[in-house]
Amino acid sequence: MDEALLRSLTPAVIGTLVRRGADFAAAEDAVQEALVEAVRVWPDEPPRDTKGWLTTVAWRKFLDAVRADTSRRQREERVDAEPAPGQGEAVDDTLQMYFLCAHPSLTPASAVALTLRAVGGLTTRQIAQAHLVPEATMAQRISRAKRTVSSVRFDQPGDVATVLRVLYLIFNEGYSGDVDLAAEAVRLTRQLAGRIDHEEVAGLLALMLLHHARRPARTAPDGRLVPLAEQDRSLWNTRLIAEGVDVLQAALGRDRLGEFQAQAAVAALHADAPTADETDWVQIVGWYDELVRLTDSPVVRLNRAVAVGEADGPRAGLTALGELDPALPRHAAVAAYLHERDGDAVTAARLYAEAARSAPNLPERDHLTRRAARLNAQLRETDDS
Amino acid sequence: MAKYLLLKHYRGAPAPVNDVPMDQWTPEEISAHVQYMQDFAARLEGTGEFVDSQALSPEGTFVRYDGEGKPPVTDGPFAETKDLIAGWMVIDVETYERALELAGELSAAPGAGGKAIHEWLEVRPFMGEPETITE
Repeated sequence: MDEALLRSLTPAVIGTLVRRGADFAAAEDAVQEALVEAVRVWPDEPPRDTKGWLTTVAWRKFLDAVRADTSRRQREERVDAEPAPGQGEAVDDTLQMYFLCAHPSLTPASAVALTLRAVGGLTTRQIAQAHLVPEATMAQRISRAKRTVSSVRFDQPGDVATVLRVLYLIFNEGYSGDVDLAAEAVRLTRQLAGRIDHEEVAGLLALMLLHHARRPARTAPDGRLVPLAEQDRSLWNTRLIAEGVDVLQAALGRDRLGEFQAQAAVAALHADAPTADETDWVQIVGWYDELVRLTDSPVVRLNRAVAVGEADGPRAGLTALGELDPALPRHAAVAAYLHERDGDAVTAARLYAEAARSAPNLPERDHLTRRAARLNAQLRETDDS
Repeated sequence: MAKYLLLKHYRGAPAPVNDVPMDQWTPEEISAHVQYMQDFAARLEGTGEFVDSQALSPEGTFVRYDGEGKPPVTDGPFAETKDLIAGWMVIDVETYERALELAGELSAAPGAGGKAIHEWLEVRPFMGEPETITE
């Protein structure tokens, strides 16, 4: 059974139930139960109409829950008064579900959790495991999120930008559990791109595909982080790169540049270089200039300083870095790298060690510590000879 | 979201404002304190921010490797150990400010005289996972 296909039906079926008169929270619970039953039943009795089967079972689960409810009389009356199935399908239920789950009234973490459940069709347990929190905690996070959006009208157009931020977060969280959240983010963004014609949706999809393509090369078998310049490029997934470049080119052709398209363009230039030395850093600096113009983000300026260091030499990179706040995360790591390139091993080793102390995660800390150790070993050899 | 450890010390933290040993409290004050801690954890579960909470026995043993084929060497407990951890709570919150806010609330747990202990808690960020997109 194709579980991704099954899960891809989740938002549309929730939408159908909502239009039949179920409230969102109850509809979402009912569809989760129907998914569980599908996983149990389908391998032996695969239905001909998968969506129809899921809708029928979910509706039955919903009615069971309503009947079990203490206020059943009141709610049954309301449900009976709702239009019959099949009416009012002018809106794309799946798309509406993306908007609802990324509603601006939700905190980013709540939007991520709700999107994974109601759009992605993942179970609370899977979402909890992926975020390394207890299932009970995640269940509360999701039910609070449902309450927050309970009064939002389902048929109103939402904001694409908030949806993209949520999908970006899911992709970039990078947690590694049984559930592959990066792959799930790619699936959800691909599904969205198939339903809405928007250049930044395409830009984000391209960005994800181009980074996902590098994943086999990003960590060594021992779990060590392999920086871009040292990655074995033969491990990159050429099929994903080709798709990412195609999607990006079509988006850029519309001449409505946004930050995800610009980030994807940087990733595409890396993907295009057969070796790290052949990277077109001048063009990459150009895209970072666009990103600075679009976002004015200090993180972008930091990455731009790295690119300037590659394009115009480490001194130019250090000059660009000099204009930035040293308190920025990863400032010391970038400074260390540029000093190393500039031949100042003593300063570089000191800054790598400093960067390691403030690294936000273990693989990055280990990587920076190794850099410092390697330079210190070289410096000792020079002293000895 | 980011995870933080709220660390509680038997020894090693600065003295709390309401610094009376627990065995000098009334039984009702102890019950009130325990109830406060349970309610706090339950509330955090309700807000979707609770990860874990554990208490540690004060008695600890130091252990180290002593070479091939030998049993590990044990030592202690050492009465002079400065830093003695009593327990922790792990929270998963949106911001550092929220972590500080919750630590402040936990520190307000009632002690002797039914007054807040004002205990010093140590807030430590967890190492996260590496981000996918860094360039």
